[in-house]
Amino acid sequence: MKTQKIGAWIAVLFGASYFIVPLIATFEFSLRMRRGEYSFDAYRSVFSDIQFRESFSYSIMMAILTIIFGVLLVVPTAYWVRLRLPQMRPVVEFITLMPLVIPAIVIVFGYLRLYNSSSYIPFTGSARGTDMLLMFSFMTLSLPYMYRSVDTAMRTIDVGTLTEAAQSLGASWPTIMFKCIFPNVMSGVLSGAFITFAIVIGEFTMPSLLNRPAFGPYLQLIGANRAYEPPALAIIAFAITWGCMALLQLVSRFSKSAPSKP
Amino acid sequence: MSSKQAIDLKKTAIDWLGIAPFLLFAVMFLIAPTLYLVTGAFVNPAGEFTFDNVAGLFTDKILASYWISIKISLASSIGGAFIGFFLAWAVVLGGLPSWIRSSLLTFSGVASNFAGVPLAFAFLATLGRTGLVTMLLRDWFGINLYASGFNLLSFIGLTLTYMYFQIPLMVLIITPALDGLKKEWREAAEILGATNTQYWTKVAMPILFPSILGTTLLLFANAFGAIATAYSLTGSTFNIVPIQLYAQIRGDVLHNPNLGYALALGMIVITGISNLIYIWLRMRAERWQK
Repeated sequence: MKTQKIGAWIAVLFGASYFIVPLIATFEFSLRMRRGEYSFDAYRSVFSDIQFRESFSYSIMMAILTIIFGVLLVVPTAYWVRLRLPQMRPVVEFITLMPLVIPAIVIVFGYLRLYNSSSYIPFTGSARGTDMLLMFSFMTLSLPYMYRSVDTAMRTIDVGTLTEAAQSLGASWPTIMFKCIFPNVMSGVLSGAFITFAIVIGEFTMPSLLNRPAFGPYLQLIGANRAYEPPALAIIAFAITWGCMALLQLVSRFSKSAPSKP
Repeated sequence: MSSKQAIDLKKTAIDWLGIAPFLLFAVMFLIAPTLYLVTGAFVNPAGEFTFDNVAGLFTDKILASYWISIKISLASSIGGAFIGFFLAWAVVLGGLPSWIRSSLLTFSGVASNFAGVPLAFAFLATLGRTGLVTMLLRDWFGINLYASGFNLLSFIGLTLTYMYFQIPLMVLIITPALDGLKKEWREAAEILGATNTQYWTKVAMPILFPSILGTTLLLFANAFGAIATAYSLTGSTFNIVPIQLYAQIRGDVLHNPNLGYALALGMIVITGISNLIYIWLRMRAERWQK
């Protein structure tokens, strides 16, 4: 028993150093910009860079749009599958897992061939169209996480009874959807939203190949050209991911303390 | 047609209409693009059916890039699975204080999502030529990493970097499996006179094995499709398959669009097979987690 505990401590200490040392090193490196002393110059340089602000706000905008449209697509689908088409569940679940199976770079390769400016649906013919295509590609990337968290939240409520109750009180379908189902699966929607946000903010492959000025390609560009800004950006990106996950934990803990449905 | 049948028909139509947006989305943004590449891999530029593109994958340069991709994915997934398993074991069965478990799991949630370009920056700042660890090793221990042949922009460097998100992913997936080991099984084994080694080799491992193997395959596919970290670490000098495909999409470096489709097909086949085996193994593993 004694040796087991020592072994466990060794494993945890090893793992902790593997995780923490790169973070310390990155932070230390980001402070080295001024010769001979530590300073936050690299962060100042990052925040005053107009391209940083533009690409960052572009990615935030994209993340918000992705979340809105993703939720509008996933929640009604998950609801309808549970209510009316339970036989379709394996199919829908398989489709939502496909983005984990097919690498992002392959998916976007297909988009570029299918939706180029000389095709029937020329998404990439204009900047707005490419933005739309990029949003759809982000929706695809986040589909596995969004669907799973919404579906898990829906498992705890009885959609059939809720729907019948609402219908017998004369509610229309939009009322049922937005006043009845959405509030009940809010914890799942929020979990999915935070993961989506974390994914979209850092994504490099898709915006880079679609040539849109997002945060991921900006990071890569800075990495190739600057020395001290990249570690500062890495710390910022880590803080964003950490924030998203913290909110996610908060939401899931909050929903667990809510009264459980019979 | 009787009116009842008509009503039934209308009801079925409405049922299917409900998931029509989702199906349309799936066809347009998942299925059609994939099918386009898959069929493109089997035709020549003139549109005739051919196996030439797939055969074209078996040239030295492309095979070499598949091989280096597979090597990095294998090394980082096995390494990540191994270390991740011991970490999960330590917090579940090692008798450590419970705050360690919750902080490890929270951190794993963050780190498994901390990939892409920023991760490359972090490792450059750690193990790059002027990285903190490189300099500390030199100043404190007199070890010159780069003179001894180490390079972050190499197989070993990329493997170490990938493990930063592989280990946490393993921890997240394998912890529930370890939680599922019932105390009764251990007690039963001990009452029957089993030693600790016997318990692990004859009882625990056979139950855990599908989960461990399955998760390793998931990590493999995860590493195989990743591009951002490698691209920003090494530029386009390091020829793993995703980077080669990236260059092909950007500027047809293979001088044959259909060979590019075959390159993509190869990636789908490899990640597809490892994911299918993962799903199958997970279904087997779940029998014990009820």
